Amino acid sequence: MSNAPAGTHKQGCLATLLLIVLPVILFLLSFLLGRYPVAPLTVIKVIAARFLPITPDWPPVVSSVVLDVRLPRVIAAMVVGGGLAIAGASYQGVFRNPLVSPFTLGVSAGAGFGAAVAILLFGERYATQACAFVFGLLAVALCFTMNRFFRLNSTIALVLGGVIVGSLFTALLSLLKYVADPNSKLPVIEFWLLGSLSSVSTADLVPVLVVTIPSAILLLALRWRLNVLAMGDEQARIMGIEVGRLRLVMILLSTLIAASAVSISGIIGWVGLVIPHFARIIVGPDFRRLLPATLSLGACYLLIIDDLARTMTSAEVPLGILTALIGAPVFMLLLGRGKLGWA
Amino acid sequence: MILAAEKLGFAYPGRPKPIFENISLDISAGEVLCVLGPNGVGKSTLLRCLAGLSPPTAGSVVLGGQPIAALPRAAIARLLALVPQNYETVFAFSVRTVVEMGRAPHLGLFDTPGDEVAALTLDALTTLGISHLADAAYSEISGGERQLVQIARVLVQAPKLMILDEPTAHLDFANQARFLALTRRLAKGGLAVIFTTHAPDHAYTLADRTLLLSPNHPPELGATSDILTEETLSRTYGVAIRLIRSGNHIGCVAEVEAE
Repeated sequence: MSNAPAGTHKQGCLATLLLIVLPVILFLLSFLLGRYPVAPLTVIKVIAARFLPITPDWPPVVSSVVLDVRLPRVIAAMVVGGGLAIAGASYQGVFRNPLVSPFTLGVSAGAGFGAAVAILLFGERYATQACAFVFGLLAVALCFTMNRFFRLNSTIALVLGGVIVGSLFTALLSLLKYVADPNSKLPVIEFWLLGSLSSVSTADLVPVLVVTIPSAILLLALRWRLNVLAMGDEQARIMGIEVGRLRLVMILLSTLIAASAVSISGIIGWVGLVIPHFARIIVGPDFRRLLPATLSLGACYLLIIDDLARTMTSAEVPLGILTALIGAPVFMLLLGRGKLGWA
Repeated sequence: MILAAEKLGFAYPGRPKPIFENISLDISAGEVLCVLGPNGVGKSTLLRCLAGLSPPTAGSVVLGGQPIAALPRAAIARLLALVPQNYETVFAFSVRTVVEMGRAPHLGLFDTPGDEVAALTLDALTTLGISHLADAAYSEISGGERQLVQIARVLVQAPKLMILDEPTAHLDFANQARFLALTRRLAKGGLAVIFTTHAPDHAYTLADRTLLLSPNHPPELGATSDILTEETLSRTYGVAIRLIRSGNHIGCVAEVEAE
């Protein structure tokens, strides 16, 4: 960026390069991890064989491990991590509030309730994913309806609406857990709520990608306008922005991303809150650089966490536990150094 | 004519007594209009109505020949730029980034400012004498510097009418004088300016016409020297005010005795 003064320009270039290269390296490294050992070169060849005419010189089980087990999981970790982070950054911009995360308007509570309903009624993976997605969106829609109904026009009222809707769905979820069979259904619900990518397949991933990729591209395309919006409603209107409409679009896109992430991974907290702050320390508050940076950092972060989750112990550690265990102290550290990039 | 307001009135919902009513004014290219009055007569609200930010409860505003209520925000922003009294930002955007935002109404939905806007931004910062602040965080500079940054943002926005709410309030003495000179120069270049102030001196220095708002008295609009007399000023502010002439300059002092 030509914006940086001469001294930090080189640093800026280095950060940009790192943010592009790091996800690629981690992506490739992640295929090497796991109980079945695969050589690095074989990984590249197996993936390339999907697109290029390469005669396999590896056993079929290697193909299966790389393409059917590790590939969807690695992509899911990156998409969920990057998605939650970019959604969090744009939520923070839209609400001009450092405490906001993509779950602020009740996406996670709604999705949790939806998943529990599906587990109780159908007990089938695709139904759980679909229900979680739909109820996640429904929770946010409820926030907006409430805001419109009571003619509250401030963003802080919208955040409070999120608290209300979140509590409502959490209470409903508790009710479902209370009536769920403690031997069969309850553990499934609990495990879903802790967040995991352990059984993600390509088929689960497709709807998530179909929603997330176009939404993220649109968010990125609008990111300079997010700068203007983040100056405050009145200032943005003075500079010719239709504030209500742009805010609605930004929230809708971010919510679609967050809801589809949650639908496949369960509830993974802290990524959407901490990664935007962390990215702001590296590239500054300008959303032109911040949004791409959050995408990269979020993807890297959750990929590392998921790699840890599946290799640390023989039993999988739920992701939500790890992100909180790591996220909370890191956030403390950032807070303590007073480098959050907020006024 | 760039902007015309007819019989504007504004009352807060639930309060029967309007904070102002029956204000009509108009402004053309190159003209400077001052809005003067004591605290609480609705100067800021009037500016918000003129800028289309608050719909007036009575009367109408016409901007560039069309009712402002029917214009999209971007069309308004290409014709009119407002500098409010003060505002905070939660993000530590650089001054350069803030000034560049002024270009928003001229850019398409998915456009981002390029080299052309960067050049405009640098020009504007240089004109205001604050190019050294380009990379400073907007949230960390002083109130007066922010005011200058906002005026630089207006230059990048390139409207036909600039509306300023107490532009000199946070400026030191030298910057007040610089602001007055700059505004005069911009007006010579064809920009129309409406500003509010608490300093009648600035009205004399800068304004072709003045709108005087006094409590319990109908608004008066006319040539500044006709409107701002010792009598009208004393009545408006409720204290004895004396005008002092020195060469081309007119200043005024309030004669309040210590008790």
